Amino acid sequence: MKDAFGTPQSLLVLGGTSEIALATARRLVARRTRTVWLAGRPSPALEKAASGLRDLGADVRTVAFDALDPESHEENLGKIFTEGDIDMVLLAFGVLGDQARDEDEPLSAARVAQTNYTGAVSAGLVCARALQSQGHGSLVVLSSVAGERARRSNFIYGSSKAGLDAFAQGLGDALYGTGVHVMVVRPGFVRTKMTAGLEEAPMATTPEAVAEAIETGLRRRSETVWVPGVLRVVMSALRHVPRPVFRRLPL
Amino acid sequence: MPADSPALPPSEAASAAEAVSVSGWGRTAPTTARLVRPRTPEEAAAAVRDCGERGGIARGLGRAYGDAAQNAGGAVFDMTGLDRVRAIDADAGTVVCDSGVSLHRLMEVLLPLGWFVPVTPGTRYVTVGGAIGADIHGKNHHVSGSFSRHVLAMDLLTADGTVHTVTPGTPLFDATAGGMGLTGVILSATVRLQPVETSLMSVDTERATDLDDLMARLTATDHRYRYSVAWIDLLARGTAMGRSVLTRGDHAPLDALPARARARRAPLAFRPGQLPAAPSFVPDGLLGKATVGLFNELWYRKAPRCRTGELQKISTFFHPLDGVPHWNRVYGRSGFVQYQFVVGYGKEEALRRVVRRISERGCPSFLAVLKRFGEGDPGWLSFPMPGWTLALDIPANLPGLGAFLDELDEEVAAADGRVYLAKDSRLRPEMLAAMYPRLDDFRALRAGLDPRGVFRSDLSRRLAL
Repeated sequence: MKDAFGTPQSLLVLGGTSEIALATARRLVARRTRTVWLAGRPSPALEKAASGLRDLGADVRTVAFDALDPESHEENLGKIFTEGDIDMVLLAFGVLGDQARDEDEPLSAARVAQTNYTGAVSAGLVCARALQSQGHGSLVVLSSVAGERARRSNFIYGSSKAGLDAFAQGLGDALYGTGVHVMVVRPGFVRTKMTAGLEEAPMATTPEAVAEAIETGLRRRSETVWVPGVLRVVMSALRHVPRPVFRRLPL
Repeated sequence: MPADSPALPPSEAASAAEAVSVSGWGRTAPTTARLVRPRTPEEAAAAVRDCGERGGIARGLGRAYGDAAQNAGGAVFDMTGLDRVRAIDADAGTVVCDSGVSLHRLMEVLLPLGWFVPVTPGTRYVTVGGAIGADIHGKNHHVSGSFSRHVLAMDLLTADGTVHTVTPGTPLFDATAGGMGLTGVILSATVRLQPVETSLMSVDTERATDLDDLMARLTATDHRYRYSVAWIDLLARGTAMGRSVLTRGDHAPLDALPARARARRAPLAFRPGQLPAAPSFVPDGLLGKATVGLFNELWYRKAPRCRTGELQKISTFFHPLDGVPHWNRVYGRSGFVQYQFVVGYGKEEALRRVVRRISERGCPSFLAVLKRFGEGDPGWLSFPMPGWTLALDIPANLPGLGAFLDELDEEVAAADGRVYLAKDSRLRPEMLAAMYPRLDDFRALRAGLDPRGVFRSDLSRRLAL
């Protein structure tokens, strides 16, 4: 069960090698979390992530999960919930893609959309139903500021996150009153291996900062969390910039 | 029911279960459960039988601060439908009543007959079942012990659907008193009462300038009073750390009432007053350091340096907060946590350290209460033990509060003390065994009595009780 501050005792990470997810897991393990499930494609990286959390004292198990294979979600994720309550699900998988290449190769663009959006819809619904029958739990969805308004420089990734964000908001409304709390997290540019080599955007942040914001959001039972918080203001201004101006902005 | 009725809406019949969001009085960590409201012992047995694989837990008036009477995804038995006072023996001073009867109702019924409940906590709106399940204590613990000390017998509905009459001195009694509802559903109880001549209290008030002054005064004179409690200003720092107001007294005898006073004509009248309810929406952070600091300053200054024999109503002396229905709302949406611990006599240094840490950190708590416990009680998970107990409440949205309270737990456990489960919403499970040495006995009894784990709550899941 979560405690009075929303800190979970058991955590399921979808996208078990995500740096943001692992920073969050480390933070939560330092508090209350004792059981962690890392779901992802079986790989040495996943095992390494698991042993890193084990070193912190958590009981960690890994489970095969592929965002691109929605047909397996019901079975693979469902069985986790039969072993005990999951207090928090962190939906953290996603790919950035390569905008220039993806524009040339529609198939690889579609894979970005399938991973970030379609996979999340399927996995999110499977987990949401399980949480609902538990009568409690938090579903934390890692969205992105990129989904707030599509930009020329990464609209394929951005549009997939926009879809995910809208899905998570709607799911949160659907689950309101069921004891399940859905929280959408919108980080700005996060310094991770996913963004390595990219030119850093203003107000860049770190996985640790996102993890801290998630913990605060759980305590406050927030529905939307921006990281850093000032992006809420920045984005609400940018949202209203006329398109002819917006497309010329150096973003 | 009084205006301050439970937050849960009543349903028409026991079978009409509805999914509702349930939280404790602190309003943190709500979860959803099916609410069943049995009106007879038979309906209660049916509810237990049909509660499903996520089990069920009895709930009274929802005054436990944490998650003791919640059961996510399962059933919650709202026991307030079993609300009959069955028999009063006005000569011997005992009452037989359903578990859903509130202490408020008992006072209404018993006071005119010259009897009072043996133990009352800071609210009258707890049920008899809840009083046993949490093994509540009051300002008279140093004299009278906890509530279950005055229970002569109770009927307990266990997981197999049978009803047992449980009497003191048996393992089942000791597991149930303070057992947080996890041994079964208490259906009714026989309680021994306290005789009184009037419904007024004779109260002595004095101020203590700091924590050491307070502890010295309590140690020297507590035995002279049936009821004793001290309010501490936990925001006061430096030399004023621990400054406090002591309020102590006893039931006023008839000859203490002034001649020709109105109270003389009806010395046993019970008339608690009521103020308007707290509004349903209060912004978070209203009770910050500034507001609570100001309140504490005024509260301390307004208390008389020393006053004896003041006559107060029962509601004023015991239950000041009951006058404001839904007062828990003033903490806003995030709610609040209550932290109550006890450390034994001889561990005063631990108490001082905890008070110093709270005061240095500036926790905005305006309800901090210190009292001395007497003899421990037989319940395996009963909270009281001989020593000092401090209770405080803190807004849950205070950053870093979780880690801070974990550190206080360490201090308390290192001093062989414990925290109170009826108020808990955040204890780490691994701390429990150190705080409650009879935990293994409790678990073993439950494993035998309820192998399928029919009785379950969010508290029991969180702490693996």
